[in-house]
Amino acid sequence: MSDLVKVTIDGITVEVEPGTTILNAARQIGGEIVPPAMCYYSKLKGSGGKCRTCIVKVSKGSEKDPRPMPKLVASCRTTVMDGMEVQNITSPEVLEARAGVVEILLINHPLDCPVCDQAGECDLQNLSYEHGLQKTRYEFERRTFDRIDIGDKIQLHMNRCILCYRCVFTADQITNKRVHGILNRGDHSEISTYIQTAVDNDFSGNVIDVCPVGALTDKTFRFKNRVWFTKPIDAHRNCTHEKCNGKVTLWYKGEDVLRVTARKDQYGEVEEFICNECRFDKKKTNDWTLEHPTHISDTSVISSNHYETFKPLPVIKENLALQEANKRELEKSIKF
Amino acid sequence: MLKVEETQPVEFSSALLEKFDEIVKRYPEGKQKSALLPILHLVQAEYGWTSVPAMDKVAEYLAIEPIEVYEVASFYTMYFLQPKGKYVLEVCRTGPCCLVGAEKIMNHIETRLGVKEGEVTADGLFSWRGVECLAACGFGPVLQIGPEYTFYENLTEESVNKLIDDLRKK
Amino acid sequence: MARKLLLEHINVPGINTLEVYRQKGGYRAVEKALKTLTPDDVVEEVKKSGLRGRGGAGFPTGMKWSFLAKPEGVARYLVCNADESEPGTFKDRFLMTHIPHALIEGMIVASYALGANTSYIYVRGEMMPQIRILERAIEEARAAGFLGKNILGTGYNLELYVQPGGGAYICGEETALLESLEGKRGNPRIKPPFPAIAGLYGCPTVVNNVESIAAVVPIINDGGDEYAKIGIGRSTGTKLISASGNLVKPGVYEIELGLPVEEFIYSDEYCGGIANGKKLKATVAGGSSVPILPANLTLKYANGEPRLMSYESLSEGGFATGTMLGSGGFIAFDEDQCIVRNTWNFSRFYHHESCGQCSPCREGTGWMEKILHKIEYGHGTMEDIDLLWDVQRKIEGNTICPLGDAAAWPVASAIRHFRDEFEWHVKEPMKSQSTNYGLANYANPIEKQVEVKQDNL
Repeated sequence: MSDLVKVTIDGITVEVEPGTTILNAARQIGGEIVPPAMCYYSKLKGSGGKCRTCIVKVSKGSEKDPRPMPKLVASCRTTVMDGMEVQNITSPEVLEARAGVVEILLINHPLDCPVCDQAGECDLQNLSYEHGLQKTRYEFERRTFDRIDIGDKIQLHMNRCILCYRCVFTADQITNKRVHGILNRGDHSEISTYIQTAVDNDFSGNVIDVCPVGALTDKTFRFKNRVWFTKPIDAHRNCTHEKCNGKVTLWYKGEDVLRVTARKDQYGEVEEFICNECRFDKKKTNDWTLEHPTHISDTSVISSNHYETFKPLPVIKENLALQEANKRELEKSIKF
Repeated sequence: MLKVEETQPVEFSSALLEKFDEIVKRYPEGKQKSALLPILHLVQAEYGWTSVPAMDKVAEYLAIEPIEVYEVASFYTMYFLQPKGKYVLEVCRTGPCCLVGAEKIMNHIETRLGVKEGEVTADGLFSWRGVECLAACGFGPVLQIGPEYTFYENLTEESVNKLIDDLRKK
Repeated sequence: MARKLLLEHINVPGINTLEVYRQKGGYRAVEKALKTLTPDDVVEEVKKSGLRGRGGAGFPTGMKWSFLAKPEGVARYLVCNADESEPGTFKDRFLMTHIPHALIEGMIVASYALGANTSYIYVRGEMMPQIRILERAIEEARAAGFLGKNILGTGYNLELYVQPGGGAYICGEETALLESLEGKRGNPRIKPPFPAIAGLYGCPTVVNNVESIAAVVPIINDGGDEYAKIGIGRSTGTKLISASGNLVKPGVYEIELGLPVEEFIYSDEYCGGIANGKKLKATVAGGSSVPILPANLTLKYANGEPRLMSYESLSEGGFATGTMLGSGGFIAFDEDQCIVRNTWNFSRFYHHESCGQCSPCREGTGWMEKILHKIEYGHGTMEDIDLLWDVQRKIEGNTICPLGDAAAWPVASAIRHFRDEFEWHVKEPMKSQSTNYGLANYANPIEKQVEVKQDNL
């Protein structure tokens, strides 16, 4: 145990591997003290640090150097030190700064949620519900771009983009040739292919899954249905693509599969990337072996009859502070 | 998505390629992408702007993806992604120059050339635009003209008139 | 006359050539360092000199050098930051134009101290004439045996290259500069790791400002202790100040740190007072990013003691009544200047130059510019002033790199010290379009300690 480092987040202590970030240490604790992340993606190397929603206060640097850090830090890119003390939801300063970041992320966002395919499973929607203001103080014209198709299956709706760079990292890491990127600079930055080029790659569809907002959407699903009317079912098939294991979530409406996505974990990150054939071309039940209804968080609007039951980690049973932090979930699981 | 309507055939001359080779030698092996900014300057000096075919050729030369060149060229303000006049008058519009009359100079250039910021005069000779601080604040107002970025300092309406007339005669 | 270390021979004809530079004692520091000192000795001298980074942050240069990681078999780099683009600052351009060899000599000595065998000078692309001057100077130095293989027979090798930028203020931030030097977009990196551990191409790297590097030459020639005798307190040595705005004699001046601000503005040796017989209204003492101060607080502290040109003295009083030395870009505003308009202008600059990587800066700088534009053109409300205050507070400290702070500080300080002028724009929208607020009480001595609302801190 001596190689582990001890970090305390909002009064809860956890021991983690050296090199773990504050955010991932918080995820090991779980519950409400996990900072929200709009740009960090654990599967994408180099991601994070940009959106600033996961900022936290380091009130004690480490056992060796107990000085607090002078500024709020991005928890997704700051590694823990032994004895570090971090404040997230217990720091009014952090909550205020986070509310500021949310407001700033929204000033140029079109807020067209009623017609956005991402509504109901949108990280920005959830974030602004939890941290946002009731009204907007921004009274100027919002930035607009034309919608463009990148390939025949993916639509880019740049107005909604928050420039998290996840899709760029995805293209860099899991496809063999990147044709889209970030163009221009400052608030004129945009995701683009620059010249009209189709993104043509076996894994290109994954940019839809990593997008935290409705900027990259699945054209085969476009306007077919609202996500909360669909029923997600985990399924798999023997995919012949060498890099795809064919494990997916099918989104049903009645007997029809309306769309196929990769499976996502509780932080909205895909578990494993899937190929375009699985995603776009296999939309019949008999293409798949069905497993079970997908576990969906009880705070989600999706699939209201498939609540996931809370399975407390062993560490929670032994720790009063952790029980306190997870009180709401624990009460629910007792009810079940 | 940028709308690029004009295009140009691009074939780098051997003299230009020699310069490229010279630049690439400055960096460790495998780090040839470092040459991107200097090479784009050379391309712009040669063709007057950086077109898509030119950027594609640069990507090919440096063995990188074209999007990597587009990303860089659109980030930095010195690369023109649209054709411009032969002489682009770039006037500093930042604080210290404005204290000594840069706004007046820009208005004057607009009237004198008869084109708005970013447009090209009918004869194809001139464009002008306001740019951010050129680091010559003590000698303001200032303007620069590429591709060698010659500086003209302590501008007055008269000196601007003379400059434009001289360039016309060239 | 004060001592000049960098600009001593500025008026000597031909000082930009190696020959004349040598006649005036040039390249002595290279000979002394390479032949008689170990790299660690050089670092030690720089540490002793107390030299602080001249690019703006004022971090001790010797300390920065001593942080450089030295793993076996990995190249180390020295990169000179000549991406001078901070509004109000033009000293590096001046130095490179007139005495390019001072920079080259400093680069050789500093590279030797750090054990770098390849060094780059990253010059902003707009300074193409300076790039040509430096390239020519490097050729001269190489021909004279100061660069290349086995310099002066000491076995030390150094290649020195000039790299042009592409037009981006953000590349003055050291990690953005390194990204740009690697041929990428100038997005600042998320730190840690710091360049001293993983910089250019992932190798340990030191990035120093032009003036810091040039200052190494007199430090090696005369010794660090001698250099430390000049100046005041922890502000040692001389500093190049770029003076601009409404001054009789704008230009680049070398001062001994500790010079009274009043003397700098009004004496004939320096700026010669305010142009056209006008009165001083306000100053920005260290480049556009530092807080603007009204004339009274520029010349004296809140308690009436005179303010000096030094790191400590300019920041006396914190942001409530003080500012920063920054990069030494001294901008003077006369009584006819409009603070709201200037704040809008600076705000537009930061909006234009934000790289767009992190959200508070990308979106917030544009928001501030729009609100300021609205107020300046007579459409503002009192709520807008408070909103502006709130927006700058949301940006400051919450961004990846200091550009967010640099965008927030001028706005915050303008509201802090000139709020009545903002309010006047709101109350007198028509009048504010044709006349300006004037000098008001900004030049009067301060009667009592300025009280700053808690919220404004």
